[in-house]
Amino acid sequence: MATVTGDNHRLRLAVRYAVLTLIAIIFIFPLVFMVMSSLKPDQQLLADTGSLRAFLPVGDLSFDNYRDAFQRAPVGLFVFNSMLVTGVTVILSLLICSLAAFSFVFLSWTGKGVVLSIILATLIVPFETIAIPLLLIASKLPWIGFDGLTFGWLNSYRVQIVPFIADGLTIYLFVQYFKDLPGELIEASRVEGASWLQIYRRVVMPLSGPVLATAAILKFLVMYNQYLWPLIVVQQESYRPVMVGLQYFFQLNIAWGEVMAYLSLITIPVLTFYLVLQRAFIASIASTGVKG
Amino acid sequence: MAKGTKLTQSNRAGWAFALPGFGLMVMFIILPFVFAIALSFTNQRLISPNPTKFVGLANYQQLLGLGTITLESERDENGAIVYDEDGEAQFPRLRGYTRNNPDYPRIDGMREWFSWGNDESRTYVLARDVVFMKAIVNTVLFVIVVAPVQAGLALCLALLINQRLRGINVYRAIYFMPVVVSIVVVSLLWRFIYDGNDGLLNNLLSGLTFGAFEGRDWLGSPSTALGSIMVMSIWQAVGFHMVIWLSGLQTISPTLYEAADIEGASKWQTFRYVTWPGLRNTAVLILIVITMQAFALFAQIDVMTNGGPLDSTQTIVFQAVERGYGKQDISGGSAISVILFVIVLTISLIQRYLTREKN
Repeated sequence: MATVTGDNHRLRLAVRYAVLTLIAIIFIFPLVFMVMSSLKPDQQLLADTGSLRAFLPVGDLSFDNYRDAFQRAPVGLFVFNSMLVTGVTVILSLLICSLAAFSFVFLSWTGKGVVLSIILATLIVPFETIAIPLLLIASKLPWIGFDGLTFGWLNSYRVQIVPFIADGLTIYLFVQYFKDLPGELIEASRVEGASWLQIYRRVVMPLSGPVLATAAILKFLVMYNQYLWPLIVVQQESYRPVMVGLQYFFQLNIAWGEVMAYLSLITIPVLTFYLVLQRAFIASIASTGVKG
Repeated sequence: MAKGTKLTQSNRAGWAFALPGFGLMVMFIILPFVFAIALSFTNQRLISPNPTKFVGLANYQQLLGLGTITLESERDENGAIVYDEDGEAQFPRLRGYTRNNPDYPRIDGMREWFSWGNDESRTYVLARDVVFMKAIVNTVLFVIVVAPVQAGLALCLALLINQRLRGINVYRAIYFMPVVVSIVVVSLLWRFIYDGNDGLLNNLLSGLTFGAFEGRDWLGSPSTALGSIMVMSIWQAVGFHMVIWLSGLQTISPTLYEAADIEGASKWQTFRYVTWPGLRNTAVLILIVITMQAFALFAQIDVMTNGGPLDSTQTIVFQAVERGYGKQDISGGSAISVILFVIVLTISLIQRYLTREKN
């Protein structure tokens, strides 16, 4: 009797794993195809799509496609641009948004309620609805740089960074997190004569590891994967990010091996980053769903 | 948190801390939003020698103008309906009514969107901008299909992944993986899957049916292009919403499940009376988030179809970009943005109302 239920249990377990694995294959096969194809010459790549060979490292494998991709487009520059824009935006966003949230949670000042509700209301404005007027504004904005006062932000790093530093979601995440910090801690520091800036730096920030990770990951994903905005504000090669750089691979004769190599190059770093920090990534998405 | 005590009352510090963030948001979110509304009533272009003029509702009339006309079929001198060689009844040409016809000023410049009728009379629905009308219909269709299917599949995955099994975290990590990959990359990869000649999907289907399935060009045919993009979009984003459902599932107290178990509830009853009521807030949030994301459909279109074939994958945002950026018609693009915002706002209000807490 015991063995029968044991077998039954084992069978059900096997079915569960089979279902889970089948679904996993559905989610992973295009990525496997991408990486395997990037190692094959064009002719073999296209021939292999007719069989399971498309997903296997078989045949004439080499890194030639990667070499050719670097020759076709300034891949290094595009990756550098994306990293720079993403890195700077993430850091500035964490600083500026956490400062604002600190003020909303721990300080009281006239107009706070109104300002916070305006910020939260922006959550229902999709970026796509403001992209076109933002393009007009960005084309006229002044900037003081090495060459004095200039107008127009198009074709620059700043046009890809500054508009994305402050956003409602990041501020909201910090506000939610700060609310759960013990208020007595802040009052005690205040009694001891600490300034607000000191409290922010020495008391609140050291306790904010989880929310900093959450906000950084969400911002990173948005910024690294930017497409629409750089497409319309950056025409010069020297400021292009990776997603817009793809256009180089779609001229007359598409060399699919090179396309796959480029896609792998710009995707594998993100996937590695994700797999290493997997729990933090998933926790950060989950925290956007917890209503407070 | 102490509110309004002497210790926390600090106007100067409060504003100083909040201002950098708030200032940037005013400059780059609120101002463009107000601009979008204002510009939509003008004839602003990105670069133009002429001064900007107020044009009232002209942009909206151009985008949303609709009209109908019913025409009687052509008859010969005996009063019999005239048929062509294909057996179709003959109707007078629409152009005669929509091009400079002083008797029909309301439909001047409009084009046929669709029509219905019989051999005796046909009713034509005309639009001033047929492509934009198709873009609205496609976008709404996309949302109506994607929002419930994606939310439902995400819930199934969340329930599947929310069990105690060795290695379950590996599966969760894989299901979530497409979310971190750029939609641009995903769209390119799926062009290979949907390809008409050597596409992976055609090869798979032909293999499964032992060659009976004849390949088709999934993105190249008006009847399958939008559906193909829907499937891919769901594949890419479903992991995101799975994780949100999962966090909702984990807020449900285990004692409720124990109680259901003691009462001898079936699996379905447990889901119906314990799990689902506990997911109410999550459900509202997920529907709103998916709806907003779905309305913003752009990158997939730009990479995969450019709105074609035959405008079957035109979308609202694609039109906004094509006008505002491609044709440098900022005011037209802004009017589209405002229309999109009004639709999104209306739908999230309706969703909130329909899913509001009872009492």
